[in-house]
Amino acid sequence: MSAVAQALAGLKVLEFGGYAAGPHIGKVLANFGARTIHMESKERPDGFRIQYPPFKDDRPGYNRSGCFAFFNDSKYSVTVDLKKPAGVALARRMAQWCDLIIENMRPGVMERLGLGFSALAERNPRLVMLSTCNMGQTGPRSDQPGFGSQLSALAGMCELTGVPEGPPMLLYGPYIDYIASLLGASAALAGVIRSRQTGEGALIDLSQYECGLVFMGAALQEFFAGGRVPSRCGNDDPVAAPHGAFPCHDRQWVALSCWSDDDFAALARAIGEGNLAGEPRFATAPARRANSRALDAVISAWTGQRSAEAAAIALQAAGVAAYPVVSMAGLFSDPQLRARRQFRVRRHPEMGDHAYCYPGFDLAEAPGDIVGPAPCVGADNDFVFRDLIGLSEAEYDSYRQHGVFD
Amino acid sequence: MLLSGVLIVDATDRLGWLAGRVLADLGADVVKLEPPGSDRSRAEWRAFNVNKRILEIDPQAAGGLSRIEELLRAADICLLTPPASIAGTRLDPLALRRDYPRLVVVAIRPFGGLGPRSTWRASDIELMAAGGAMALAGEPDGMPVRVSEPQSYGWAGAHAAIGALVALVRRDATGRGDLVDVSAQASVIAALSHAPAFVDLLGVEPTRAGTFMTGRSIKGARYRVFWPCRDGYINFIFYGGAAGRRTNEQLVAWMRQSGAELGGLAAIDWKSWDPTKADQAEVDAIEAPVAKFFARLTKREFLTEGHRREMLGYPVATVADIASDPQLEARGFFQTVAGSAERFCGSFAVIDGERPPLRHHPGAKFSAAPPSVAGPSATARPCAGARGGEKP
Repeated sequence: MSAVAQALAGLKVLEFGGYAAGPHIGKVLANFGARTIHMESKERPDGFRIQYPPFKDDRPGYNRSGCFAFFNDSKYSVTVDLKKPAGVALARRMAQWCDLIIENMRPGVMERLGLGFSALAERNPRLVMLSTCNMGQTGPRSDQPGFGSQLSALAGMCELTGVPEGPPMLLYGPYIDYIASLLGASAALAGVIRSRQTGEGALIDLSQYECGLVFMGAALQEFFAGGRVPSRCGNDDPVAAPHGAFPCHDRQWVALSCWSDDDFAALARAIGEGNLAGEPRFATAPARRANSRALDAVISAWTGQRSAEAAAIALQAAGVAAYPVVSMAGLFSDPQLRARRQFRVRRHPEMGDHAYCYPGFDLAEAPGDIVGPAPCVGADNDFVFRDLIGLSEAEYDSYRQHGVFD
Repeated sequence: MLLSGVLIVDATDRLGWLAGRVLADLGADVVKLEPPGSDRSRAEWRAFNVNKRILEIDPQAAGGLSRIEELLRAADICLLTPPASIAGTRLDPLALRRDYPRLVVVAIRPFGGLGPRSTWRASDIELMAAGGAMALAGEPDGMPVRVSEPQSYGWAGAHAAIGALVALVRRDATGRGDLVDVSAQASVIAALSHAPAFVDLLGVEPTRAGTFMTGRSIKGARYRVFWPCRDGYINFIFYGGAAGRRTNEQLVAWMRQSGAELGGLAAIDWKSWDPTKADQAEVDAIEAPVAKFFARLTKREFLTEGHRREMLGYPVATVADIASDPQLEARGFFQTVAGSAERFCGSFAVIDGERPPLRHHPGAKFSAAPPSVAGPSATARPCAGARGGEKP
């Protein structure tokens, strides 16, 4: 870790909930120095700990989940049983301590537990609370449960993925949840900034569905402007031609695009077919699109003779936009991502050394880090409750006797 | 507004437009630099530059550059997509950091500012490829595909907005700005969920998801995800667990009430049914009658009745479906700007019970007197002292 104080040092964050949409926010803040406490219970740990692979050595266990680890590095874990009144009392005490609460329970659950914003803000008027759920806290379908993997269909992304003559395609995992978590991180920080300036807290209601639509903004705008309803078009683009993914010798693919006739001339030269740019059937983008089958065959014949890496390097040297279609394994060996230290290995008490993913940005003067591995369930009860929250020995014992930490 | 009083200079191209839009939606005053006569009519431009004001900069004209400098002296954040220039004016991130010590400079580039490929060219398709997203979309044995609507610019802009605010928190505490380096390639990795962890922990390479859910049955059965319906497709999966059980029970009840053929569904006790133990013949037997039932439904019927029955699953929506969704209507998601009927996606979050209104029509001019410490942006600040301008 850098010797410079991290940018969010001193920011105290408390998370209720689990899976992706809430915890990913707290992870990013923790990477820049926020002290983020992930609250769960031994009875009901974060669903990502137990429900989805991968598990270390393929053996499931609360502290063996790669899925949980990926979104919870650099945090502290405490266990509080919110079904017990004493557990709720402890949670309320923690809410007085923190600056920011992130929760992704179903709408109404926090209120029913006595942990709604108005109740907590009475004791901590500077509190910022971000509630994130599928549909938002209000509206006729606010109570609808749902998974992010399916919500990506409702938000229009699946309709626009795939080839025109085929069905829509899945996006991996709860794609839309990460749009919401990133936009949510900005909203949460904006709340913190105002709270620090004015002493005024904030309640942020984040709908994962609406956040996803932000990424569909241009398509929606086009519909509003002229009624156009776009459909999936494989890898085609309305401007660039060629524009697509081409198979390579090493069974990988290379993505490339030409945004002007000059780009195409450069590509043609790079693949040893410099005369192509002068042929009427390839001279303009519309002509290249109309003759895409013939053009794709020429490009594929060239890419098929070399690796995706070699193809991308040759095309970039010619000034043409190109990159291998990087596989999940390829992410770990990609030279650019390695130079950025995109994946950082940390030692986990049960999983040993394994890699954590860094956010897509960094600060030059106050860089962030993967501050530590993901916590084992309840690993930080002692430190958090005694040292941070300031429970006395008697209080701590009383909570333990009431089974609050179970 | 959460970011009232924060002044942002936005000198980005398409790669960075969303960052300024996100910050504007949170209340920041975002001034976008544009050359005179630039095209502001395209839907894409309007979608991501609404809620900003435009300052036309003509570096050839007298005072053009000094207006940028004056604005930067009062600004808190400057958003850039180097080496893109504003009408021939290059705003260099390092020079800005040197000249304006309190300024948070956010440089958004395809591959970031450091590393062996930092100068490589890329558009959306190369970024979705470089960040791993295309490796996970398309038929498992077929061509990798991108989402037809560009997404990588969104991933980059969303990360850039966070980076800007992380650095602003520190600036407010220490008085020092920072240089935020955003890589669109690295930003796209957020779209992959936990897929990279399979490689790291197990040496297993996740591949393209296609249209079926695989890997859930120990007998290798695959489950249908996309079902043709009367006016498109429905996304529905036979899940296990409590939520899956309720959904499956409700679907069968709905089919029974509709007089639909139940076939292999009729005999299933959902309390004991386990999707991890079903083989393909079993899955085919339960999916066949459902396919027939869904083929009769419209997307909206599935959405409405599915909600009433608390079922998991959603229609595969088009933008037209989304534009008329009652849930979005009730929450006032789509908004207009005063004086025009043009609709936009509104601010992405509801703050203290209210969605912050869109304040500026796309292309609205930043027409106040040349900005200065005492100018319009400063007077709007609740804590002028904390954000006072400075002399570079």
